[in-house]
Amino acid sequence: MLTNHAKLMQFFSVANEVTGRKKLQKMIYILQRANVPFEEKYQFHFYGPYSEELTLRVEELSNLGFIDEVKEDKSNYFQYRYAITPAGQEFLEQFAIQMPDISERVETLNCQSSRFLELVATMMYFGDLEKPEVEAKIHAVKPKQNYSETEIAEGWEFIGKMTQ
Amino acid sequence: MAYKDEQLHEEKVFKDPVHRYVHVKDRVIWDLIAAPEFQRLRRIKQLGTSNYTFHGAEHSRFNHSLGVYEIVRRIIYNFQDRPHWNKNERLLALCAALLHDLGHGPFSHSFEKAFKLDHEQFTQAIIMGETQVHKILERVEKGFAQKVADVIAKTYEDKLVVSLISSQIDADRMDYLQRDAYFTGVSYGHFDMERILRVMRPTEDQVVIKSTGMHAVEDYIMSRYQMYWQVYFHPVTRSAEVILSRILDRAKYLYETGDFAFKLEPTHFISFFEGKVKLEEYLKLDEMVVHYYFHLWQEEDDAILRDLCERFMNRRLFKYIEFNPNSQMNEWMELHALFEQAGIDPKYYLVVDSSSDLPYDFYRPGEEEERLPIHLLMPDKSLKELSRHSDIVEAISGKKRTDHKLYFPTDKLDEIVDEPVKERIYEILYGQGEIEDVD
Repeated sequence: MLTNHAKLMQFFSVANEVTGRKKLQKMIYILQRANVPFEEKYQFHFYGPYSEELTLRVEELSNLGFIDEVKEDKSNYFQYRYAITPAGQEFLEQFAIQMPDISERVETLNCQSSRFLELVATMMYFGDLEKPEVEAKIHAVKPKQNYSETEIAEGWEFIGKMTQ
Repeated sequence: MAYKDEQLHEEKVFKDPVHRYVHVKDRVIWDLIAAPEFQRLRRIKQLGTSNYTFHGAEHSRFNHSLGVYEIVRRIIYNFQDRPHWNKNERLLALCAALLHDLGHGPFSHSFEKAFKLDHEQFTQAIIMGETQVHKILERVEKGFAQKVADVIAKTYEDKLVVSLISSQIDADRMDYLQRDAYFTGVSYGHFDMERILRVMRPTEDQVVIKSTGMHAVEDYIMSRYQMYWQVYFHPVTRSAEVILSRILDRAKYLYETGDFAFKLEPTHFISFFEGKVKLEEYLKLDEMVVHYYFHLWQEEDDAILRDLCERFMNRRLFKYIEFNPNSQMNEWMELHALFEQAGIDPKYYLVVDSSSDLPYDFYRPGEEEERLPIHLLMPDKSLKELSRHSDIVEAISGKKRTDHKLYFPTDKLDEIVDEPVKERIYEILYGQGEIEDVD
C-alpha cells in the first residue's frame, strides 16, 4: 500500500528541503533515469519531462501532513518549498521499502539550478539518440533557453556522474 | 498529384453525436482511418471501466480520435490566414490529431500499471514500426512518420502544432470532455466550444485565448473540474479498476509460479506476463480478447482468479470507505493482519486506491514553469495566465484535491467463520462511518 508515496517520502527525507516545483520534477526524473525505482510516469512538456502523477502524489503527501509545502510570494512569481514533517518521518518508518542509497545524488541534484536540471532532464529524455542528435534536439525543442555549448558539456558530465 | 495533396472526389462525412459531422477530404486521412491499427481502436473503450457506473459509456477510442481530428480541422480552418500559423503543417497536425491515441491498449490504465507499459511508447512504435499506418505516412514524404510521432510525443520543434493536440486547452480534452459527458449522460462537461475555437489565436509557440473569450474558457475549466470528480474519479468505476488490476496481478502471479496449469493457455497474455511485449502481440490484445479470457477464467481452479473474474464479469464490486493513510495507518495494519487470519488475501481483497493513481489532471497555473498554463491575449497584446485574471479559475486551481479510499468485498467478510476476527474487522470498518454501497 502506498509504496510509491513511501519512495517519495524517502527522497524528501534525504533531501531535507527542495525549493521549486520544476526542480522537484526534474530531480525525480533524473533519479528515475539513473535507475532509482521511482514509478511516476513522465511525459515531455513545454519545460521538459513532467509527471502529473508526481504532482498529484506530492499534493496528496502535503494534504496528509507528511510533507510541508510553503508557498512564497517572490513579487512577480511564486515559489514552493518542500520538507518532510515528523508525521511523514513516522509514516516512513513503518515501511520497509527497498531503495538504493540516494543521499549523495540527491544532495548533488539539490545544489543545481532548475534551468540546468531542465537541460539535464531533457538530455536524458532523448537518451536513446546519439549524442549529436541529442544536442540538435535540445536546440530544436528549447530555442528560447539558448543553452550554450559549455552548459551542454556540463550536462553530459553531470549525467555521467548521476548514472555511474 | 502528389499523395499528400490528393483529395477525395467527394468529401466523406462521419455522423457524430458530439460534433454532428466529421469531415474528411484528404486521401491520407481516409487511408489512415481504414488502416487496421486505427480500426483496432473501435475495440478499446474510451473510459475503461466507467460503463460499470454509467451504462452508456461504451464509446471507443475510435470515436474520440475522429473527434479530435475534427476539432483540429476546424481550428486550422480558423488559423489559415493568421500570423504564426504555417500552412505547410496542416496535414501533419491532422494526422497527429487522428493518431494521438493509437497506442492505447485494452483498459489502458490498469494494463499499463500491471505490466509496466506506456501507451505513448506504443503509439510511437505503431507509427514508426512495420505497420499500415507507417506505410501510409511515409507515402506522404520520407520522414513524415517521424514528424507525426514527434508531434504526438510533444518533441516536435513547432510547438504551436504540438499545442493543438496537447496543452491545457487542446483538441484532445475538448473532445473527450464533451464526448464523455454525452455518453455517460451527465449534465456536466458541456461548454461553448464554438466560442473557444473563435477566440483561439496562434502565437509563436502556443495557442492563446483572446481575453474577450475568458468566460467561455472558465466554463471549460469548470466542466473539466466537474467531470473529474463526477465521472473520472467515480468510486464505483475505481472499484471495478481495483478488481481488474488484481485479476491481472493474479494471472501474472500464477503464470510466474510455473506450476499452475491454465485450462486454456493464455497465449495472448504470455508476452505481457514475461515483460517482453512485441508490437505485433500488443496489437492483438484488445478488450474483446481480454473479456474472452476473463470469461474463461471464471472457471479456473485458482479460487482467487476465479472469484475476481466472476466479480468483474458480473459487476459484483468491492465496497469502500474513506481512508486517511496518516491517521488510520495503525487500523490498516491491523486490518491487514485480520484479513490474513481470516484466510482472505489482503493483497487482492484489501486495497487502498488514491486519486494520484488515475490518469487525469486538473487545470494547473504552472506557477513555477512546471507546465505551460492557458494564456489570455490581452488588448495590449501581452499574455496573462488565466487564473491571474479569472477569480473562478483561481478559486478552483487553488483547491487541494486528493482522495484515498479503502476497497474490500463485504460478501467475503460476511462469510468469515472466526467470529472475534469478523467482529473486529467490522468494528474497524464501520467505526470509520458508513460503508459505501457501489450499486
